[in-house]
Amino acid sequence: MGFSISVEGGQGEATIKLVGELDAAAAPQFKEAIEKLAVDKPQRLILHMDQLEFMASAGLRVLIFARQKMGADVSLYVIGSRGPVLNTLKMSGFHHSVYLQDTYAPE
Amino acid sequence: MQRIDTQPTHEYQGYRICPGQPFPFGASLVPGGVNFSVFSRNASYCVLVLFEKGAREPLVEIPFRGMFQKAFSNEPVWGEFRIGNVFNMTVLDLDHEAIEYGFRMDSGQPRAAAGQPAFHRFDPSVVLMDPYARAIGGRDVWGQKPDWQAPYPHRSRVAFADFDWEGDRPLEIPLEDLVVYEMHVRGFTRHPSAGLDETVAGTYAGLREKIPYLKKLGVNCVELMPVYEFDEFEHSRWDEQQGRWTKMNYWGYSTVGFFSPKAGYAATGRTQDGTMVADELKNLVKELHRNGIEVILDVVFNHTAEGNEQGPTISYRGIDNATYYMLTPEGHYYNFSGTGNTLNCNNPIVRDMVIDALRYWASQYHIDGFRFDLASILSRDQWGGPMANPPLLEALAFDPILGKCKLIAEAWDAGGLYQVGSFPAYGRWAEWNGKYRDTLRRFLKGDPGESGAMSQAVQGSPHLYYGRSPTASINFFTCHDGFCLADMVSYNDKHNEANGEGNGDGANDNASWNCGWEGPTEDVSILSLRERQMKNAMAMLLVSQGVPMILMGDEFGQSKQGNNNTYCHDNEINWLDWSLKQRNADYHRFVRNMIAFRHAHPVLRSKDHLRNTDYVGSGYSDISWHGTRAWQPDWGGRVLAFMLCGRHAKGGMSEDDYIYVAMNMYWDALPFEIPRLPEGSRWHVSVNTGMPTPQDIFEPGSEPELADQGNCLAGGRSVLILVGRSAGP
Repeated sequence: MGFSISVEGGQGEATIKLVGELDAAAAPQFKEAIEKLAVDKPQRLILHMDQLEFMASAGLRVLIFARQKMGADVSLYVIGSRGPVLNTLKMSGFHHSVYLQDTYAPE
Repeated sequence: MQRIDTQPTHEYQGYRICPGQPFPFGASLVPGGVNFSVFSRNASYCVLVLFEKGAREPLVEIPFRGMFQKAFSNEPVWGEFRIGNVFNMTVLDLDHEAIEYGFRMDSGQPRAAAGQPAFHRFDPSVVLMDPYARAIGGRDVWGQKPDWQAPYPHRSRVAFADFDWEGDRPLEIPLEDLVVYEMHVRGFTRHPSAGLDETVAGTYAGLREKIPYLKKLGVNCVELMPVYEFDEFEHSRWDEQQGRWTKMNYWGYSTVGFFSPKAGYAATGRTQDGTMVADELKNLVKELHRNGIEVILDVVFNHTAEGNEQGPTISYRGIDNATYYMLTPEGHYYNFSGTGNTLNCNNPIVRDMVIDALRYWASQYHIDGFRFDLASILSRDQWGGPMANPPLLEALAFDPILGKCKLIAEAWDAGGLYQVGSFPAYGRWAEWNGKYRDTLRRFLKGDPGESGAMSQAVQGSPHLYYGRSPTASINFFTCHDGFCLADMVSYNDKHNEANGEGNGDGANDNASWNCGWEGPTEDVSILSLRERQMKNAMAMLLVSQGVPMILMGDEFGQSKQGNNNTYCHDNEINWLDWSLKQRNADYHRFVRNMIAFRHAHPVLRSKDHLRNTDYVGSGYSDISWHGTRAWQPDWGGRVLAFMLCGRHAKGGMSEDDYIYVAMNMYWDALPFEIPRLPEGSRWHVSVNTGMPTPQDIFEPGSEPELADQGNCLAGGRSVLILVGRSAGP
């Protein structure tokens, strides 16, 4: 299974949908997307992960990068993560730095 | 704009490289690549060996000296990447997440024969782990049987420093206000009764899930038994008949790498190539801090996992044996640690490594303090002699980065040096007070003539730490070494048969008492006495000046089956049995409330030694001594009573109640005459271990007033604590 990413910019809000397996080979695409979005300085970054099957550490590191690149003022939402992806987020404690939701509901 | 120093100058088998930076040692991420730097005074030849993660065979071996190609051309060019005794090289465009690395070293001298003494033990056939490796692979999943033939078993990895701390900082709780909980990461949540998911049971993540329990218990510091990378399979034993490991290096007092967290303690060690191990531990520290709990690491700098001449070559001995280890004039390993070798801690290079490691943990992991295993070794010179002014201990005491870290010494070693009370402290070091432990155990079991020694112990041992602080004394009845509390009141003798050494290991002198029957019994009167003795112990510990330390499991009376040296058991002997929390609920309630009692009363937590005088004009000394008659202590018996004046709390800077403690370790009940309180104040009963629950202890604020304000009765082998406060508005 491959990896695909779709990005949508909006008013103060940016949305990224991650599908498939986010491994080391796919991580640079994700990182590039984050870097591009950061330029527009959105207030909220929403990451849809309900169709993400697997996330390698390289993917996690991009999340950490996103958190730091966007800055503390930007709210990060991780939507629909489950299974091993959710476990990884929790064990590494990343879920404390973001809003972890089943469906998107802005805080 | 591109930086000039990240441009490749040389090329080797397709890998672009340039001269590196000597500092920091180890592998560091630099713009465009990874910088490798390693010290060896005696190696003349060094090779960087790169592996794909987990691969048996290397990807490439790049020498630090020899013929290379010029970068971007086929022209041959000489290169030597070394400054002084440090080999350093930057390799560009490396996928640092996907690699592991090591070194080969040689001196050009004849090789030392295996098992024979030697000063240098270079062997270029062995790939060596980096002494500064910040992450180590090879034992990623606890207990997963390793490939014994693996050519490179402990594998250096590159680590990251991008953890999001969200403003977390070390807590800097004053030492006198700590209640320390000594614990084992795996043992804390491995038992099924912990009720955790299999994926996190026995890990850092598992511990994190149990933080609410620690908070409710009331401890504000956890002291983690070793979490530096170690090999749980060192000296392990597999039993074919039973189909299981009967011995493992469970405690972990045998360091493989000083800069790397134990990967097998991470739930993410199993799934994430080891790249999230550090994050998992950092997340645990952050969460503990959020809950007001400090983290002290038990660190083992006295020896390594390489053993003696017969031991494996993992790193240090293959890099610079004569630097890293204390050697006899014949080239044998000195064995002050009792484990085969002794780290040469007062060699300047090794001293720097120790300091670098501690600075790294303090800054990168936000660790609040360190407890040094067999710390007396750190005061020995390179030939083993004790020094009056050991440079390492002095450097640690005055180190700027460690400036607010707690430094705690196990002030003895296996070579006969015993420094409790005399450890070179520089106004900074605290000590595990072994003498406190011995005194309290003897007093508790009713040995006569201990009350004088007890009076020193409950004051923070001023006889040992005069001119220092009561906080120099880490007070404890029990620690991982020796009997746990339940066994201390259930066994006269050790029962270490399960260790497979014919009960020959472990301490023989335990100052324990079985209360009338050796080991498990159904006898209600014995069981009740044992529980009371455990309550007595907790009460004595938690009213003593100094820093109390409680061993994991003692808060609900877990037994280790009489084994006083459980270093090798990865099973129910060591795993915390959470069901005891319910089964021994009354006793557990007592411990929790006793900890709360300490937190509620600053007069128990003096930063400076008590003066035995009245220096605030309250009409009472800060501490006064009593016996069965008020103001008449009996220094020869089994009884001790004392009163703390609340107006002297925190050197007179804080207000507190008066506290009166009567300890009756005589077997029968005794009447105690109580000292009179100032006008308008009344005595209230806080603790009476002679009473059944819930009258054994009252929560702070709910203590009933004592009917007879002049006298009370303390049951046989029981502790009574009264608080004196004004009768009301």
